[in-house]
Amino acid sequence: MKVLVCISHVPDTTAKINFTADQKSFDKNGVSFVINPYDEFGLTRAVWLQEKQGATVTVVNVGNAETEPTLRKALAIGANDAIRINAEPTDAYFVAKQIAHIVNENGYDLIIAGRESIDYNGSQVPGMLAAMLKLPFVNACVGLEVNGDKAEVIREIDGGKEKSVVSIPAVIAGQKGLVEEKDLKIPNMRGIMQARTKPLNVVEPVDAEVKTEAVHYEKPAPKGECKMIDADNVAELVDLLHNEAKVI
Amino acid sequence: MSVLAYVETWEGKFKKTSFETAAYAAHVAREMGTEAVAVVINATDDPTQLGQYGISTVYNASDAGDFNNYTWANTIVAAANEAGANGIIISGTFGGKMLAGTTAVAFDGALISNISDKPSSVNPMVVRRSAFSSKGFVDYEVKADRFILSIIPNGIGVPQPEDGAADVVSIAVVNDESPVVEVKEVDRVKGQIPLPEAELVVSAGRGLKDPGNWNLIEDLADALGASTACSKPVSDMGWRPHSEHVGQTGIAINPNLYIAIGISGAIQHLAGVSASNKIVVINTDPEAPFFKAADYGIVGDAFEVIPKLTEAVKALKANQ
Repeated sequence: MKVLVCISHVPDTTAKINFTADQKSFDKNGVSFVINPYDEFGLTRAVWLQEKQGATVTVVNVGNAETEPTLRKALAIGANDAIRINAEPTDAYFVAKQIAHIVNENGYDLIIAGRESIDYNGSQVPGMLAAMLKLPFVNACVGLEVNGDKAEVIREIDGGKEKSVVSIPAVIAGQKGLVEEKDLKIPNMRGIMQARTKPLNVVEPVDAEVKTEAVHYEKPAPKGECKMIDADNVAELVDLLHNEAKVI
Repeated sequence: MSVLAYVETWEGKFKKTSFETAAYAAHVAREMGTEAVAVVINATDDPTQLGQYGISTVYNASDAGDFNNYTWANTIVAAANEAGANGIIISGTFGGKMLAGTTAVAFDGALISNISDKPSSVNPMVVRRSAFSSKGFVDYEVKADRFILSIIPNGIGVPQPEDGAADVVSIAVVNDESPVVEVKEVDRVKGQIPLPEAELVVSAGRGLKDPGNWNLIEDLADALGASTACSKPVSDMGWRPHSEHVGQTGIAINPNLYIAIGISGAIQHLAGVSASNKIVVINTDPEAPFFKAADYGIVGDAFEVIPKLTEAVKALKANQ
């Protein structure tokens, strides 16, 4: 079984988000980057498939050379090899096209991505990728068991969960639940040493049209002062919520 | 030319986000000087009522069976082609998010998702979306002939309905190319609003000390008519189901009112709730970082404050 895990290289959760002075781009200065938290669940699940069901795990990222430490971290967590598609990830359609090309070239039984990335929160790439490859697609996946040429999956739906069976190859957009947070693999020293010599192949992008362009970045207006209410005067809060904020 | 809304139903019925999507499509169409149409799949509610939100024609596809991503996407695109639409509007619910990417490829259009506002321009199409887990906004321009806009559920709101009835046209379900998905079991909470669509949310964290204390939260939520949510540690410890976890790696919400009780306000939590209109924080620790993101705060013991708050809400409701 060959598993491809798509890795986004994103600002750390705790990073301060700043934009350049002309508000035309995200300012990467002083920002540390990590594996997208949603992708980590899929990566650990894939490494379990490697440990328990003999899968080989390849990680892929569309990005410039600066994303290689993130790919090395994925190798240290347990992936067998890595592919970096050497291009700026301009929009989801472009990224999906690149990954679809890799899948067509190499063939994988399972493609796992995060349900969204914590930078642009688009939730676009996995669905586009599935459609380009004409493969079954499972979004917001919280359970995955692979048996032969079928996968039993559980996905979150509005107000509940749905259990279904899809044939593989399939595209899975994962999140917490694929594995639990406490089970997330973190690199140990041996993994980090091994990662240095694991293959990290750099390939050039294929042509893909760009369908959207980010033209302006802006921060939300700063939050006003928090109005403090005395714990002995809870009725005042209800009054404020009703008459001032008009939310109840 | 026209704009097509994919109007989602929930067990056949329209919900608030259905009307929000229809009204958004009508707004975009008006700005573009064209008409808004809609497609519904497996609806049992009367589709003519979408006319009250500015939809002229509803393409009605029935007997589509269990949800299948491709069947739905291809049916939506067939309706768009039938209507000569160059834009599709989708709500970013779980169902909508699953469909957006597939639909974008089938429609060969530019997809912009997580949209928090109406377009600032329609020629070219420029629209604002939330990004960086609500820590920023990015304005995107459509660079293709066709577009798909996916709006944050419960983000833009529903205008007052006006008089009007849409024409209804039956269309065929397109399922010839869909990979088979065999649905085994659907486990859905009955009669409860999905969290991302809730107007009022009462949420609690480790400060509640024990899952047995959640009756306090439920009483307050009942008094308000609110949904309940929780922080990550609470869901990780199994005190509350994962589906109630709001924050990064959980659900992002944007209710009109978010009340956080016994939650310190870690950045991972704020990532999922900071888009709320008004935030109330109740915490014993005056230094809790959540107060910096709040509109109203009470420093106090949840076990004393919540029952009083519940009574005060009941008193308000009794006078309404």
